[in-house]
Amino acid sequence: MIPGAFDYHRPSTVAEAVTLLADAGEDGRVLAGGHSLIPMMKLRMATPETLIDLRHIDELRGIDENGGTITIGAMTTQAEMIASGLLADVCPILRETALQIADPQIRNLGTIGGNVANGDPGNDLPALMQALDAAYVIAGKSGSREVAARDFYEAAYFTALQDGEVLTAIRIATPPAGHGWAYEKQKRKIGDYATAAAAVLLTMSGGKCASASIALTNVGDTPLFAEAAGAALAGTDLGADAVNAAVAAAEAIAEPAEDGRGPVDFRIKVAGQMVRRGIARAASRAS
Amino acid sequence: MNDQTPTAVERAEKLQGLGSKRKRVEDARFTQGKGNYVDDIKLPGMLFGDFVRSPYGHARIKSIDKAAALAVPGVVAVLTAEDLKPLNLHYMPTLAGDVQAVLADEKVLFQGQEVAFVVAENRYVAADAVDLVEVDYEQLPAINDPFKAMDADAPVLREDIKDKMEGAHGPRKHVNHIFTWEVGDKDAAHKAISEAEVVAEEMISYQRVHPCPLETCGCVASMDKINGKLTIWGTFQAPHAVRTVASLITNIPEHNIRIISPDIGGGFGNKVGVYPGYICSAVASIVTGVPIKWIEDRIENLTSTAFARDYHMKGRISATSDGKITGLDCHVLADHGAFDACADPTKFPAGFFNICTGSYDIPAAHVTVDGVYTNKAPGGVAYRCSFRVTEASYFIERMVDVLARKLDMDPADLRLKNFIKKEQFPYTSVLGWEYDSGDYETALDKAMKTVDYTGLRAEQKANREAFDRGETRKLMGIGVAFFTEIVGAGPVKNCDILGLGMFDSCEIRIHPTGSAIARLGTISQGQGHATTFAQILASEIGIPADMITIEEGDTDTAPYGLGTYGSRSTPVAGAATAMAGRKIRAKAQMIAAYLLEVHEDDLEWDVDRFQVKGNPESHKTMAELAFASYNQAIPGLEPGLEAVSYYDPPNMTYPFGAYLCVLDIDVDTGVTDVRRFYALDDCGTRINPMIIEGQVHGGLTEALAIAMGQEIAYDEIGNVKGATLLDFYLPTAVETPAWETDYTVTPSPHHPIGAKGVGESPNVGGVSAFSNAVNDAFAHKGLTHTQMPHDHWRVWKTAEKLGLNG
Repeated sequence: MIPGAFDYHRPSTVAEAVTLLADAGEDGRVLAGGHSLIPMMKLRMATPETLIDLRHIDELRGIDENGGTITIGAMTTQAEMIASGLLADVCPILRETALQIADPQIRNLGTIGGNVANGDPGNDLPALMQALDAAYVIAGKSGSREVAARDFYEAAYFTALQDGEVLTAIRIATPPAGHGWAYEKQKRKIGDYATAAAAVLLTMSGGKCASASIALTNVGDTPLFAEAAGAALAGTDLGADAVNAAVAAAEAIAEPAEDGRGPVDFRIKVAGQMVRRGIARAASRAS
Repeated sequence: MNDQTPTAVERAEKLQGLGSKRKRVEDARFTQGKGNYVDDIKLPGMLFGDFVRSPYGHARIKSIDKAAALAVPGVVAVLTAEDLKPLNLHYMPTLAGDVQAVLADEKVLFQGQEVAFVVAENRYVAADAVDLVEVDYEQLPAINDPFKAMDADAPVLREDIKDKMEGAHGPRKHVNHIFTWEVGDKDAAHKAISEAEVVAEEMISYQRVHPCPLETCGCVASMDKINGKLTIWGTFQAPHAVRTVASLITNIPEHNIRIISPDIGGGFGNKVGVYPGYICSAVASIVTGVPIKWIEDRIENLTSTAFARDYHMKGRISATSDGKITGLDCHVLADHGAFDACADPTKFPAGFFNICTGSYDIPAAHVTVDGVYTNKAPGGVAYRCSFRVTEASYFIERMVDVLARKLDMDPADLRLKNFIKKEQFPYTSVLGWEYDSGDYETALDKAMKTVDYTGLRAEQKANREAFDRGETRKLMGIGVAFFTEIVGAGPVKNCDILGLGMFDSCEIRIHPTGSAIARLGTISQGQGHATTFAQILASEIGIPADMITIEEGDTDTAPYGLGTYGSRSTPVAGAATAMAGRKIRAKAQMIAAYLLEVHEDDLEWDVDRFQVKGNPESHKTMAELAFASYNQAIPGLEPGLEAVSYYDPPNMTYPFGAYLCVLDIDVDTGVTDVRRFYALDDCGTRINPMIIEGQVHGGLTEALAIAMGQEIAYDEIGNVKGATLLDFYLPTAVETPAWETDYTVTPSPHHPIGAKGVGESPNVGGVSAFSNAVNDAFAHKGLTHTQMPHDHWRVWKTAEKLGLNG
């Protein structure tokens, strides 16, 4: 549990970080909260030669909403997300999800950027970002670009992030007032990754579900945007048939691996249960 | 006397003796982060050791190339079995009469086995060098299933003993067989079962778990080449035994070895054994002449030092149709891993498993245990229990529940019907133990009344009906468990470890001004000995507990003892403490007689003083007598006031308790919610009720962990599945329910103060209570038994097999 040797940099601007990362080449890694990377380094499964610590870059922190878009700096900690009155008002599922990540000590250091950019399928925020249809703002040597969360994840630990790029912010269209939300997560204990989890967002209109968006955590190599599950709800009154169809659609795309959390069939069924419960809770919150 | 004179009751309260909820004196340093653990020890010139470990469950070592590792700046040495062979230290004796490879000799037998020991200037260099030691392995087929260990075509694991078919505990049936242990009257038990009206049969497995103390194992070994003295600081639950073993295997005279256990961050049996890290550190210090530190990381702890349980118990229990138990038969297949390193008294290769008749008056019983080798880590320690008692207790408590289902009787009623009755104590069990005292019926009756057992069963009936009507997806389970522990090993006549009798000791010195120091052969790992042993003494010798220092763990100063495990500290060392205190008081009485100019027989003891009978104004306090012992020339008496007692207990002690667990199971997710847990413990005389409560809380939390999630599992080729705390279940405060504790008091008749020991009871009784509750939740659907751990997926699978989820 002792990492190999590495160089350590602590830049104070994004431009400086991008330059350092380019100079470091393929053996350079950026460090955010460190909760994924440092354990991997201790196990020597990751052996970066250069670490570029983003914690002292002020421009990467902060939460604001402007013109119907929420922007969260990549180095905003999960604790800051939880403490944000703004998020609690306009997009409460962010707070609800962040509260289910690990434990308070970890959330004090863990960041939204680290959580979504690392490509760890166990992380909770990537599926949520897919449900919210968030966009990731990415800076590189040649400037800045945006990638949709739904297009970002390629495989476990493989993402659209290129060598030399740094995630700088997350942008989310502010959900409509009165939307319903729920992040349902089953885990073995505090600090564990999900056995399965589901993010559910929906809007109601005249007693019918106007729109629904569902994504799944830790039941595949990547977070899974359950497009068909959401579609199964849209236009219905969320009756048993519609919910069963959504659950079946979610279960159909789940491809978990067997691990200490349980065998494949169990984890698929738990994913379905999380969707079912998420729909019920989201509906109860919608107006 | 005037109205300002303290009464005897007030004086007794000031002593904070037996029964006082005295705050733990240890906590001032622990809560401020000022404990002194082995990894806090830093010595000048100290080097660090780190292991190259086997990535395979079973493989032949074709070659080891140290060159690249030795080339790293700061690396001092790389030891392999070849380096230890000339010293005959490549194998070491285990506590169970086997030998264990210190560094792998030609073969590795479990994943994580120690292959080479790198010594370097710091941990970072050592870790770098570990990566550079090139070991060429040829992988071999592994045995991960103990039921296949004795197959005709099973791979030979222990080539070092393949021709030695006479083992430490008798003949071996197969090259992978370790021992067979048989107790009881086979014919009588089988006859009782074959003639019985009702027989229940079940295979009860108790999975491999690990004690997982928060502090892992480690040591600092320091050889002083000038005076020839080897000092080892380490996480030792039995420092004197370690000293003797170290002397025997190194040939260093015992007086030149000093073992020191500093603060220990939990042991739970994990720190009883002797591990390769200790031997390699000592050898490296002897070779280099500088101190060597070795500290395990968490993965190393979970995969190489001392697992627990892994008992597979096939049982049959018989009864009359109205529920009187007539017979019990049990065969255990015990998975001991690659080396037999169980920590049991020598004559008991399966520990005290023959306590498996439990709290019941069973007229015929028979037990056999077969130990086998597999490609898993060695160990088999008593994880917060006396030797194999949790296994035995779990076995009988599950079997009684299984029998209750078969008889269609309430499990509490079946227990009440078969309890050993109060008037039967001292009770000799059919498998050979003499239970010292008990009142089981009163305890279970109190427990059932407190939780309103009848009301709970009625609620459960309503819940089951609501479930069947589709109104709820949760099933309620009620777990009843009653346990009898056997602790306080033990009488020297039948208990020894490597020939060392399992007595314990206390040495007391009273200082002139009336304070004292007492030293014991035990060592606290969180039990609060510095608090409770001072309380025993306070009551015995009338000196306030706050004025008594308790010291343990340094073999150069403490009297010889066998250490702390198996709830033996209070039953054995606690008794030694009381007996040494009584010697002090006897001498003090002689001094008082001289000073008060009366005959000794004319004096009586009153809390903290000797007073003349009928004239309490004429008295001498213990403080006065202490001073007198240092400044008076008393004819016929030596100066000073000191005593030592080596206590050989006449019997074990038998704490017991009634536990009740109420939980709700979500059949769609397998999530179990413990809504209530009530634990009634009877540990005899209660020394410190607050510490007892804390011990029960901790033990129940470990029991929850074992029953609901802990498992060290291996795959087919011997890889450990999940060896970090991400997978190995340690509950946090969030997962831990609120515990309700209660007690009855049935003193031990043979212990000087009637105390029995309690630290391990909640682990012994708790696991059965949780497991019985999970099984009970599904009982009406036809389930007789489902294996632990009752984690989400296994519970869900149980529900699925019963057709309860969709």
